[in-house]
Amino acid sequence: MNFPDDLKYTKEHEWVRMDANIATIGITDYAQHSLGDIVYLELPGEGEVFSKGDTVGVVESVKAVSDIYTPMSGEVSDVNDPLKETPETLNEDCYNEGWLYRLQVNAIEEYDELMDHTAYAAFVKEEQP
Amino acid sequence: MTQKTPLYDAHVKLGARMVPFAGWDMPVQYAGVMAEHDAVRTNAGIFDVSHMGEFEFSGPDALACLQWLTPNDVAKLAVGHGQYSLLCNEKGGVVDDIIIYRLEDTRYLMVVNAANIEKDWKWVQTHQKGNAKVTNRSAEFALLAVQGPKAMGIVQKIASTDLSNLSRFACTWSKLNGAGECLIARTGYTGEDGCEIFVAPDKATGLWNALLDAGKPDGLVPAGLGARDTLRVEMKYPLYGHELTDSTNPIAAGLSWVVKLGKPDDFIGRAPIQKVKDAGREIALVGFEMIDKGIPRDAYAIVSNKKIIGAVTSGTMSPTLKRAIGIGYVPVAFAEVGSKFSIDIRGSERVAHVVSTPFIKK
Repeated sequence: MNFPDDLKYTKEHEWVRMDANIATIGITDYAQHSLGDIVYLELPGEGEVFSKGDTVGVVESVKAVSDIYTPMSGEVSDVNDPLKETPETLNEDCYNEGWLYRLQVNAIEEYDELMDHTAYAAFVKEEQP
Repeated sequence: MTQKTPLYDAHVKLGARMVPFAGWDMPVQYAGVMAEHDAVRTNAGIFDVSHMGEFEFSGPDALACLQWLTPNDVAKLAVGHGQYSLLCNEKGGVVDDIIIYRLEDTRYLMVVNAANIEKDWKWVQTHQKGNAKVTNRSAEFALLAVQGPKAMGIVQKIASTDLSNLSRFACTWSKLNGAGECLIARTGYTGEDGCEIFVAPDKATGLWNALLDAGKPDGLVPAGLGARDTLRVEMKYPLYGHELTDSTNPIAAGLSWVVKLGKPDDFIGRAPIQKVKDAGREIALVGFEMIDKGIPRDAYAIVSNKKIIGAVTSGTMSPTLKRAIGIGYVPVAFAEVGSKFSIDIRGSERVAHVVSTPFIKK
């Protein structure tokens, strides 16, 4: 499983890519793999404001429904809306084409609390049956 | 502690994702639900359904016993044929949905759902009557389902006898390569042509591999419970625990064709089922398609004018139609094709409408 070293991760299997004060957020390779064929997405709207841990959307595979929790607080500045028409992209490229939304973050220190790729890989290893 | 079918190692070797289901460790998918679903619709898929149970009824009163236990007319069942039926309780509710095969003059095989084996076994033992011997043979059979337009051609490749005359719901014995004598029934749960093969547990892996080899040029793939579910939902086939429960009236479930109220023999649940039939059902099981976005799921509320009018029993994104579809119970006033209502999807009301079923036209 692939966990790029330039991203940070959550226990809920989201990833964050920080660029100045903009966080790009998606779900991890482990998440897409566990869900299986992803067929439906609901994403937040631009301009919506969330606190860390809020439910901002949902990812559904054929069999499972999974909430998306925002790993950081802030205002949604961009949404990957075309992805809703091709949710299978999440299975194919969850870190690039499959990004979900961008946040203008208002608490940059939250980034430091996230797991780096080695900590996340260890976490996933433990979670696997 | 979950049970393993004789094919457990074969599944793991094929990279299946194993999940607990009805007390069994079962493959939910191999390559992926969508790919397996498509393979069954276009070529063929092979399913391990060894978790299902088998009870044998024999003896001079086997027929009378089954007539009492089940609402379909077992007297109409010829040797070498199968019949979809139910076990009903005294209130007319569904204990299980089953298939009965008549193997010999006075020997029948009842196939029951894995989740209900213990319940059904108790039920059958406490409600059987007459001089009939009932044996739980669940551990003596593994069960493989080969389904899809190319399924029968694939099974034929390894069969010692001609299967082309085997009609829908008929069953026959045939020697299969590496598996000896197997009972082959032209039945399934996908809406496709195909068969279910009852095989001795120690021969199951040999048969599984022989079928995968024989079917490779035809695009046969192993398919898991995930695809099995999406395939049956597209056909609006009921699944026990979802569309059918101990309190479901078969008439409401759209199974009046299974309940032969005209048969001379009394059967358990006759009076309450007759009552619903006479008075007319108040609720009906319908198939619906989402107009708004969202996927309906089991237990989501069905809403009209801010009032809960029913509940979703199954729902999925249809891999064939690429649209979100569902099954659920609604008042009969909402059961006509074209009727609209909403599904409460995580607190938001999404419009759906009743469509004719099966969802896919075969």
